[in-house]
Amino acid sequence: MSGSEPLLRVEGLEKYYESESDFIDRLLGRQQNVKAVDGVSFEINEGETLGLVGESGCGKSSIGRSILRLREPTAGSVYFKGQDITTLSDSELRDLRKEMQIIFQNPQSSLNPRLTVNDIIGEALDIHGIESGVSRDARIKELLDRVGLNASHANRYPHEFSGGQLQRIGIARALAVDPDFIVCDEPVSALDVSVQAQILNLLEDLQDELGIAYLFIAHDLSVVEHIADEIAVMYLGKIAEIGSPEELFAPPQHPYTEALLSAIPEPDPLWEGDRILLEGSVPSPIDPPSGCKFHTRCPRVIPPADYDFEQSEWRAVMSLRHRTREADIAVETFDAGEAALMESLRDELDLPPTLSDPEAEEVVQEALRLVADEEFARAASLLEETFETPCSTDEPVLRETDAGRVACHLFDPAYESGPTRGTPTDDGSAAGSATSDD
Amino acid sequence: MAMLEVEDLNVRFYTEDGVVKATNDLSYRVEAGERFGVVGESGAGKSVTSLALMRLIDEPGVIESGEIRFKGRNLLEMDEKEMRELRGNEIAMIFQDAETALNPSYTVGEQISEAIRYHLGLDEAAARERAIETLESVGIPSAAQRYSDYPHEFSGGMQQRVVIAIALSCDPDLIIADEPTTALDVTIEAQILELLEEIATEFDTAIQLITHDLGVVAEFCDRVMVMYAGHPVEMAPVEDVYYDPQHPYTVGLMSSIPRIGDDRDRLQTIPGRMPDLIEMPPGCNFHPRCPYAEESCTRVEPPLVDVETGEPADPINSDAQAAACLAHTGELSGELDYEVTVRGEDDPAVPGDAPSSAGVSDR
Ligand SMILES: Nc1ncnc2c1ncn2[C@@H]1O[C@H](COP(=O)(O)OP(=O)(O)OP(=O)(O)O)[C@@H](O)[C@H]1O
Ligand code: SF4
Ligand code: SF4
Ligand SMILES: [Mg+2]
Repeated sequence: MSGSEPLLRVEGLEKYYESESDFIDRLLGRQQNVKAVDGVSFEINEGETLGLVGESGCGKSSIGRSILRLREPTAGSVYFKGQDITTLSDSELRDLRKEMQIIFQNPQSSLNPRLTVNDIIGEALDIHGIESGVSRDARIKELLDRVGLNASHANRYPHEFSGGQLQRIGIARALAVDPDFIVCDEPVSALDVSVQAQILNLLEDLQDELGIAYLFIAHDLSVVEHIADEIAVMYLGKIAEIGSPEELFAPPQHPYTEALLSAIPEPDPLWEGDRILLEGSVPSPIDPPSGCKFHTRCPRVIPPADYDFEQSEWRAVMSLRHRTREADIAVETFDAGEAALMESLRDELDLPPTLSDPEAEEVVQEALRLVADEEFARAASLLEETFETPCSTDEPVLRETDAGRVACHLFDPAYESGPTRGTPTDDGSAAGSATSDD
Repeated sequence: MAMLEVEDLNVRFYTEDGVVKATNDLSYRVEAGERFGVVGESGAGKSVTSLALMRLIDEPGVIESGEIRFKGRNLLEMDEKEMRELRGNEIAMIFQDAETALNPSYTVGEQISEAIRYHLGLDEAAARERAIETLESVGIPSAAQRYSDYPHEFSGGMQQRVVIAIALSCDPDLIIADEPTTALDVTIEAQILELLEEIATEFDTAIQLITHDLGVVAEFCDRVMVMYAGHPVEMAPVEDVYYDPQHPYTVGLMSSIPRIGDDRDRLQTIPGRMPDLIEMPPGCNFHPRCPYAEESCTRVEPPLVDVETGEPADPINSDAQAAACLAHTGELSGELDYEVTVRGEDDPAVPGDAPSSAGVSDR
């Protein structure tokens, strides 16, 4: 392995699942793909930790499992110590598992309830034919001791332990084969805060002593900040932002990172920060939004240059656009009568009584009239053709900023002077001077 | 008289392994329109407390003694019929797991209008209309359309909104919310907390919020009770508990929260874990984990006292900060010397953060 090669290098990783479908769907070839991981690249150096954060369903666990080939990746490469493991045979893979381990969120369900702790850890040693006889017992005792468990408890069964203790057993089992790399899939999410802190400290100590690298998956930014050397924030199968904790928490930030951070409840009753409330929930990965996948919810979605929108007005117009495209407005339930209908539509869509730009107002009124007639497709096309934003047409790529790499057009010089329809300049090469619109 | 007064509540579970003392002489009150937080780690007795309020403790559990007065009437003396009328009507409950709270084989609209018909005696059309209004008020877009969708057609956050809509549909005076956001992503949690806050303000509904998350309490509650091993260990208005905690367990809880932007190398922890409630340590139940424990703590059970006067606390009539630690009864020779640091002007304040000498570290 060359000196500059990281311990783990993931390149263009994709993991698609087939969506649930019924017989008719299959007959008509309507099988659809769920793009759980949609082109993800990152590196992890020896003895370091990458924190992977995002909401449920964004693809975090699929990445963890694909790296170990517990799930077969759909595309992409995973280089471990310079070797592409996606091409390994089963037996080569088995040897590799000695070096790559995983611990799970729910220790209860990941430990065999019929085995004693001794057997659970012993099993890991046996599979890889590591120790036997007296040295085997000594090794198990040493491992239990290392994770802070009483070695005399080796003959107990999992149900006799608390959640925190079970997680320690899971860690001991992973350590048994002396791995260089462990995927930690939400290892503390099910634990109480005081116990969570104990496990986080334990993982850090093990890293210091044994030089193990971690991919640490969590849905909570404040948990990974503590343990990670680098953090990647994911949204719908893609990395939105990646950088060191300092970089990630400093501007420029991806609008999604900003929202995630501001949503963490502060344990301080007098805290008066502005909480960014995102609309709706994460869209389905079966049919993800075009362009930037976050554009259906992004509070900073880029307004068209030819109109004069307040940001909140533009957000409301974008939501109208999205909902007309989805035909998701139940017009028949609103009050009848043109004026009343318009008013309740605007109310439902968070549109102010009139927009600050009269020309934009005219277009929106026209669109609302079409909505009232349930001409959703025409309303959607009108809005899409009149109001263009790169956020819904061009997919942002990760590019270098002053603080980490961010995939957002706001930080792309190509869009500085308003939306253009071209493709963005080459990734990475343009050391994009970060711009922020307020 | 407060709207809800709980006095000396003792709940026991008679299990094969022994008697679980799930709540011990628990007393507190919730005022009309107030937001009261119950916080503590798993197994502290938070859920049992809430279920007791609804008289939903089942075999092998019993409410052994105490009173639960709601608007002056002792719930423990009501017959089953009176209780049924109260549940869902004057007191409503929201659980952590919205999916199991909803019936998968009925549409969400049917489930809400059934509750409305049952409690308010409206006819079908009127109940439907009210159900749609309620769905709208909890932020379900196209409510009339979604009325006839089944629960599985909703995301987790939307399902929790539906559960909240059911709780609201009869205009209750008190909502008991047991970890209503624990199963949700943070951005959805923020939406649901905002919604609960709007509701509490708009309808003047009191909310008893049960959570293990001190951040959620800080954001949402007026007063808070910290529970440990079935005991209330600290009770006070929320600012007092956060800026001036008076029980070592509260301090430990606060300092184990990982905070963004603090540069501590290691997280502080509370060593060990909560005892099982069958065989509790003698004296102060917290003493095996407490950094300030002394010999007396292993013998004397600390009563909940007013931290200013050392007199027995009166949580039903007084707002004074109360804690159950011998440091406040004069029976501890040392002092609770921890430091609460508050972040600078620009930064949000952070109690219990950083160099607190309550530094309990993991083995
Ligand atoms: N049906 C039951 N039978 C026996 N013991 C029970 C029963 N229900 C609760 N307990 C016990 O009562 C104690 C308090 O439990 P409770 O569910 O109130 O805790 P909690 O604070 O809500 O915890 P969590 O944060 O995990 O929800 C625990 O020791 C629990 O094991
Ligand atoms: S590209 Fe547009 S929609 Fe996406 S995050 Fe940036 S501003 Fe928001
Ligand atoms: S009574 Fe003793 S053991 Fe209990 S909290 Fe106070 S100092 Fe700690
Ligand atoms: Mg509970």
